[in-house]
Amino acid sequence: MTTEIILAGFGGQGILFAGKVLAYCALLDNREISWLPSYGPEMRGGTANCSVCISDEPIDSPLVTNPDCLIAMNGPSYKKFVNEVKPGGLILLDNSIVDETCDRTDVTAISLHATDLATNAGLQGAANMVLLGRMLAETKLFSLDTVQKAMEKYIPPKHAHLIASNLQAIELGMAQKASC
Amino acid sequence: MEKSLMKGNEALAEAAIRAGCKCFFGYPITPQTELSAYMTKRMEKSGGVFLQAESEIAAINMVLGAASTGVRAMTSSSSPGVSLKAEGISYMAGSDLPGLIINVQRGGPGLGSIQPAQSDYYQATHAMGHGDFHILVYAPCSVQEMVDTVMLAFDKADEYRIPAMILADGLLGQMMEPVSFPEPRKTLPDKSDWAACGHANQREHHIINSLFLDAPLLEAKVQERFRRYAVIEANETDAEVYCCDDAEIVVTAYGTSARVAKSAVTAARKKDIRAGLFRPKTLWPFPKKKLCEATKHAVQILDVEMSMGQMIDDVRLATECRLPTAFFGRTGGVIPTPVEVLAEIEKLTGGAAQ
Repeated sequence: MTTEIILAGFGGQGILFAGKVLAYCALLDNREISWLPSYGPEMRGGTANCSVCISDEPIDSPLVTNPDCLIAMNGPSYKKFVNEVKPGGLILLDNSIVDETCDRTDVTAISLHATDLATNAGLQGAANMVLLGRMLAETKLFSLDTVQKAMEKYIPPKHAHLIASNLQAIELGMAQKASC
Repeated sequence: MEKSLMKGNEALAEAAIRAGCKCFFGYPITPQTELSAYMTKRMEKSGGVFLQAESEIAAINMVLGAASTGVRAMTSSSSPGVSLKAEGISYMAGSDLPGLIINVQRGGPGLGSIQPAQSDYYQATHAMGHGDFHILVYAPCSVQEMVDTVMLAFDKADEYRIPAMILADGLLGQMMEPVSFPEPRKTLPDKSDWAACGHANQREHHIINSLFLDAPLLEAKVQERFRRYAVIEANETDAEVYCCDDAEIVVTAYGTSARVAKSAVTAARKKDIRAGLFRPKTLWPFPKKKLCEATKHAVQILDVEMSMGQMIDDVRLATECRLPTAFFGRTGGVIPTPVEVLAEIEKLTGGAAQ
């Protein structure tokens, strides 16, 4: 099985890092992975996005055009990708930032105030992890335990002090599913 | 060995260090810069030299100088920067010097775009500078294959005393995939029979030179080189052949476009279209015989590139225009999608086999 994911937002929201966390989990699980960032001038203030493929088989095209899952952290990214999500797919929106609401009926669309949730929990800037947590709760792609092990194993020592708060934000995101 | 997750550019750099490369000379350019950046961190620690040159032209000439002494040396750049290196590469070829040049291609011509492209195929394989010469050109299509190719390229460059190029692109450079590395090389080929590595008054000077004012002498030099090229063409071609045994349509593509094409071929097979993929891993020498073999039962070829169509000429030459050869490409930094390629396959075959 192959899961194709697009994460998109403003440069600086941790879009690429959220994709990396998924990739690290997949690496720990010994699965096939590709992580492809957008790069170039659009990263400075415009939209940043990354394509992540996780599969049990070798991945051919690493470019995701029709994702199974979209995490959108700003309006332009949401508009760019909303109609590309596969029918039956999953869309997660940070509606602290995105004004639009999803009117597609053939996908599961979940809006949560990720930025507000993170800020209120004292986890400034961790909206990416809140959304990721919610996505993991929804898809069962990886458990919190796997995320923790993957982060501890692959995040470089100089950033290790950030693991706890990132995990906390993921847990916060996961808890949103239980509460709705 | 345990796998790590690494960007293509960084993996190329790590592989070069493990291949025993002792000198890296470069000049930054997107989408290749992570390669140089990795070298700044690692090269010195591994006992080598990293130097950011004042220009691409300077960098390639530093490679020429270092290679003359017999050490493994390399440079890397992206399309516009590689054009600047053309003169130096010709001088290296004319001096029978090994060395590695990496081109992480971007859209062109001119400054073009910084997005992935494959529009330097002609340059790399047919005209990488003035004069009668070839260089080895490798076209890996994954981060792991890039690592393996770096090792191979250094070895073959030394074996045949010829510059080698890895023709990658922005996607392969920027993408992360799981990768494992071979153990660092402990022993490297002995080049003391030709390198300018110090004679200690015990032997004649070794002269590294590409200037031969005596025309017949130069002719003989070039002819000798071409005899070596013939051996390379006979022994060093490589290609991946996927689902070609019964294929009616064979898609030819290399590097990133081959990954996209493979997705399309797999999708075509699910629709009962007898499609296959032929992916050259060496672009020079071009795997002519392997392509003829792979297209034995085919009725047509579809060449897919991130250019306006360059490798297609070699495809047609290799098959002696025996088969109708269609083309699909995107250029300027646009990457074709599997859906687009599948649509071309369906258009050409008229859909599923009856």
